[in-house]
Formats: sequence, C-alpha cells, structure tokens
Amino acid sequence: MTQAKLMQGNEACTLGALAAGLDFYAGYPITPSTEIAELCAEELPKVGGKFIQMEDEIGSIAAIIGASLTGRKAMTATSGPGFSLMQENIGYAGIAEVPVVIIDVQRVGPSTGQPTSPAQGDVMQARWGTHGDHPVVVLAPGNVKECFELTVKAFNIAEEYRLPVVVLTDEVIGHMREKVVLPELSELKVSNRVQPQAPGGYKPYEADLDGGVPPMARFGQGYRYHVTGLFHDETGFPSNKGDVTDRFLRRLQRKVEKAEPAIRDYFTESTDDCDTLVVAFGSSAMSSLSAVRQARAAGIKAGLFRPKTIWPFPEEALRELAMRVKRIIVPEMNLGQLALEIERVSGCKAPVTRVSKVNGELFKPEEILAAIRGDAK
Amino acid sequence: MSDTMKYFRENRLPHIWCPGCGHGTVTGALVRAIAKLKLDKNKVVVVSGIGCSSRAPGYLDFDTLHTTHGRALAFATGIKLSRPDLKVIVMTGDGDATAIGGNHFIHAARRNIDITTIVMNNNIYGMTSGQYSPMTPKGMLGTTAPYGNVERSFDLGKLAIAAGATYVGRATSYHVTVLQDLIEKALLNKGFSVVEALTQCPTYMGRKNKLGGPVEMLEWFKARAVNIKAAAVMTPDKLEGKFLIGELYNQPEPEYTAEYSAMADQVRRRFDAFQGGVRGCEQNSD
Repeated sequence: MTQAKLMQGNEACTLGALAAGLDFYAGYPITPSTEIAELCAEELPKVGGKFIQMEDEIGSIAAIIGASLTGRKAMTATSGPGFSLMQENIGYAGIAEVPVVIIDVQRVGPSTGQPTSPAQGDVMQARWGTHGDHPVVVLAPGNVKECFELTVKAFNIAEEYRLPVVVLTDEVIGHMREKVVLPELSELKVSNRVQPQAPGGYKPYEADLDGGVPPMARFGQGYRYHVTGLFHDETGFPSNKGDVTDRFLRRLQRKVEKAEPAIRDYFTESTDDCDTLVVAFGSSAMSSLSAVRQARAAGIKAGLFRPKTIWPFPEEALRELAMRVKRIIVPEMNLGQLALEIERVSGCKAPVTRVSKVNGELFKPEEILAAIRGDAK
Repeated sequence: MSDTMKYFRENRLPHIWCPGCGHGTVTGALVRAIAKLKLDKNKVVVVSGIGCSSRAPGYLDFDTLHTTHGRALAFATGIKLSRPDLKVIVMTGDGDATAIGGNHFIHAARRNIDITTIVMNNNIYGMTSGQYSPMTPKGMLGTTAPYGNVERSFDLGKLAIAAGATYVGRATSYHVTVLQDLIEKALLNKGFSVVEALTQCPTYMGRKNKLGGPVEMLEWFKARAVNIKAAAVMTPDKLEGKFLIGELYNQPEPEYTAEYSAMADQVRRRFDAFQGGVRGCEQNSD
C-alpha cells in the first residue's frame, strides 16, 4: 500500500535510488545535498548495501565507479563545488562506460558562492564539465515526486546505456516538502545492465559502431578484463591508432543520440494555442507554471514547456512549438544557459527573451508574468 | 617459471618501460609473491593510477583497472567495500601516491582497508620526462628543479605508519627477494599494507643526476640499503647516508570492510522485523 507522504526532494531522490536498486553510495558532505548522504548512510546497511563517506568528492565518484565495476548500482550526490571536483572522473565513467548516477543539488556559484540558496548555474557544466567530447545524460526534476521518478529513470538510463547520468536539482527542489504518493515498487520499471553470458571470448568493448552498448561483466566473476581511461579498442586495451579513437568516440556520441527518443521527457501546459511560450526547468518552472496560469486567467495565450531531460534536449518537441508561437521566454536562475540551447533548437523561428535571476532567490510568478505581458524591466 | 607466467597477459608483452627501468623487476616480485600464495586469478583486482607504474596492471591477467591520476586507491576502495572477498592490489608511483593521490593514501591507511599498495618509487615523474616529485631527495635535479630540488621529501614508510597502515615494508629493485617476501606478507595482512619499492629510472633520474646507468643505480641501492634488523645493532654514524629496508611495521588492527559488515549485520538484525517504510528493494541483494 502506498500512501501519501510528506517528504523533501532530497529524500525523494534517495528513495527513488533505493527503489531502482541503489546498493552503493559514496559521498562527501556538502550543502544543500547532504540529506541524501545521511539517508543513504541509514538505509543502505539495512538492505545489504554499502555507504562510505569519502575524503573528498574526487574520491567519492572514483569509489562509485569502482563499485559499479563489481556490479553494484552506485550513486553520489553533491553540489556545485563538489560537482566541479568530480568532473575528471565523470569523463572516466564516460570513456570506460561505467554506469553511475550523480545528483547535483545546485546552489549559487561560482566557487563557494552562496551555499544555502538555489541557482541553476550548472546547466552547461552538467553537459560539458569534463574535457573532451563525452556521453552524458542530464535529467531535471520539477517537483518532489519527479525527484523520485527521475532518479529511478537515471539509474535505468545509466544501466541501459552504460554512462554517467546526472540528476540536476536545486536547493529549493531538494529541500522543498510536498505531499507525494510514491508508485508501488512492483509497478516500477527497473533496468539492469546487460551482462555477457560467459568469460570465453569476452571482448568488453565490442559493440555495434552505430551507438551500440557492449555487455558489461562484473569484476571478480572470472572475466579478467582491463578497463582504462585511455582510448581503447574492443579488447579494452589502450590503442593510440587514430581510427580506433575516432570510431570509439563516435560510437559514444551516437549512443546518446540514439537513446534520445527513448529517454526524452517533458511537461507542457496550455501549449496547444499559445502565442507566448515559457520554457523553464526545475524550480523556475514552478514559478513559471503559476505565471502561465495567471496569464491565462487574464486572457493571455501563454503556455509552458518544461524539459525533464535537459541533455539531450527534447529538440523535436520544442522545435515544433517554436514554429507556431510568437515569442519564447526563458526564465532561469543563471545568466542565460538553457536559453542558449533554446535559441539553437528554435532556430530563431521565434524571438527568445532571457529572464535571469542570480540573487539566490526564487522567481516570483509576477516577475515571469511581467515578462509574459512584455512589461518586464 | 610457468607458475609465474600464468599470471601475465603474455600477449600484452613486451612492456612499454625503458631499458634498465626497475618497474618490471617490481612487477615480477609481485607476481612471484602472488604465485607463491597461489591466489585465485579470478579473485584478484589490480588497480593503478597514472604514470609509468600504472601501466603494470595491463600486463597482468586479473581484472585490472587503470584509473585517473592519483585516484587508484579511491577506485580500489569502492571495489573492496563492494566485494570484500576480492584481493585488491594497487600499483602506484611516488608522484601518483604521494602528490596528487596523497589524500586518498592517508585516508585508505586511516581506514585500514584491506588493500595492498605497491609504491614504485623512482624519485621522479618518469612518464612526463623527469620532473621532481614529493619523493625526490633535496638537492637532486629534475627538469622542474634545474638548480636542485629545494623541497623536502616524504619518508613514505613513516607517512604510512602515522596515517594508520598496519603493514609497511621497504625494499629496492636490487633486493628482489626481500621485496618479494615483503609483498607476500603485505598480501597476507588483513588491512592496509604498503610496500615501497625503490626502483631505478636511468632514463630521467639517472641521466639528469649523472647517477650512471641501471647497473650503477642498482649498486647505489646495494651500497646504501641497510636491513632494519641489522640497523638495530648499528651505531648512528654507521647509518649515516643509509636508508632502511625490510619490515618497517607490522601491527594488525580491525579491518574497515569487516567492521562495516559487522555493523551492517547488527543493523539488519535490529530491523529484521521491520515492515514497510523504504524497505522491499529485493533487487538490491547481491
């Protein structure tokens, strides 16, 4: 029996992870993500899982990659400064194709910034934080229930496509409490990585070059294979042949491209006949939704498009909307990051107005309503 | 010989190390220790970071993980905590372990997690061609110490002991049997074990400091190494300019992953009757 519970976003992320099969957590304390570590420390020993508080965030992501290689479902959670420290090993998880989930509860940056206030300044870092072209998927919950749902989804994507998946929340989503009815565990879709059948002839990185995902053996099961952050051929051993690198990198890129139709997700309200389209994610989208409803009540044809998958961005759906609206408004708690992607995707079919807020406060619906009315200043 | 070779990926040889490098000698000592202990190939994981030392696992026929610079112990911690039944070995260098990886080194030691760490100390960054490391003796030359290194260096053994390692040994690529013996004991210690293996880097350390070729560098080890047992009865003036090899520390203490499992067992017993809540993640069981 599931019944309504009052819970905060960080708690919902943790419960989602546990429901998806989380059995290894490594992390380092950082506001505003710490509740996730605390709940994992409490729950994991009860279910045969492991928790470790590492010496820093670099060690945390390293430990979860190691754990994942033994077959565990592993996660860490952090905020801006820690997310910055994790970047090198996020690239490692990408090139070595190790499923891991990272929850980034955004706060105001750069640097130590404003630890206890919300922001959305990690949009681009979540995609491009580590060096080189690399595969990554970024999901953005817009309320507490979605923290649960999208964390489950993050694990499923990580397992199905063997890559790091980031759940991008913020201080408000993480700490806000809402009444939530969680789905029955038996009704949840839970994916597990494909494993090879037997050690004989196992080539750990042999896959269809058109975005294929190779089966992943566990360490300690007799496969005796090699994993490296160097470019490698299908045997897993390093190669510095240009064509090997080229094929490999293109396969990683293609893996996410091909996955996009299956993983993309977004929420819309009142977009059927709208002239003004508001595009927002996370807590900015909560204020945006109120603003759109107030605008409708005032007879203004406004609508909301809220991407739940930011990377890859649900391009087709937004492009189709951009063709028929008169203007697009992008409120975000940064100086214009998601807006860059909206401008690219909409291809200037409709003018894009950025509404930025970087004072550590949430948008008030009136601020967005003013932008919808066109009298924002 | 065949007992030893079965632990190598022979098709990955020859190795990439320079002629006269000591890393192959250290790798050989490790493999002979493993062969002597008859470890199950399928239950050993060897982890490395970045640098010359870190290429070693690629030649060994186990599950092997070549990670990022300095982070081998953090990856290894995730593996060992996940699967305490596996024998986890880290092969690292002086820069990898004590500079960029220094934090993970002291914390792995503090936890006394059952990982055997072999530090191949050639006193220099070889892979990037000869910069000074935290283990380069004061006054020695490196490409980034063109007028002589002005920094003090670590005593790795003392560092490991102070941080909580429960088995610490030191040998050189000249003292191969001592090295093998120490590695064997380190593998048997249930806890964090460190074996510092001084190895010669004739290409950069040797040439830059005019120490001669590999033979002269090995003779340098021979002339200056004193076994800790012999040193116990030597006067300070006789020990001037020497360094100690042998078993520097051996004091078993409770091991981290075993302590974690014991805690978790207690928690599970307490919550066995627990119904509802967030339990019920049966798919977690591994």
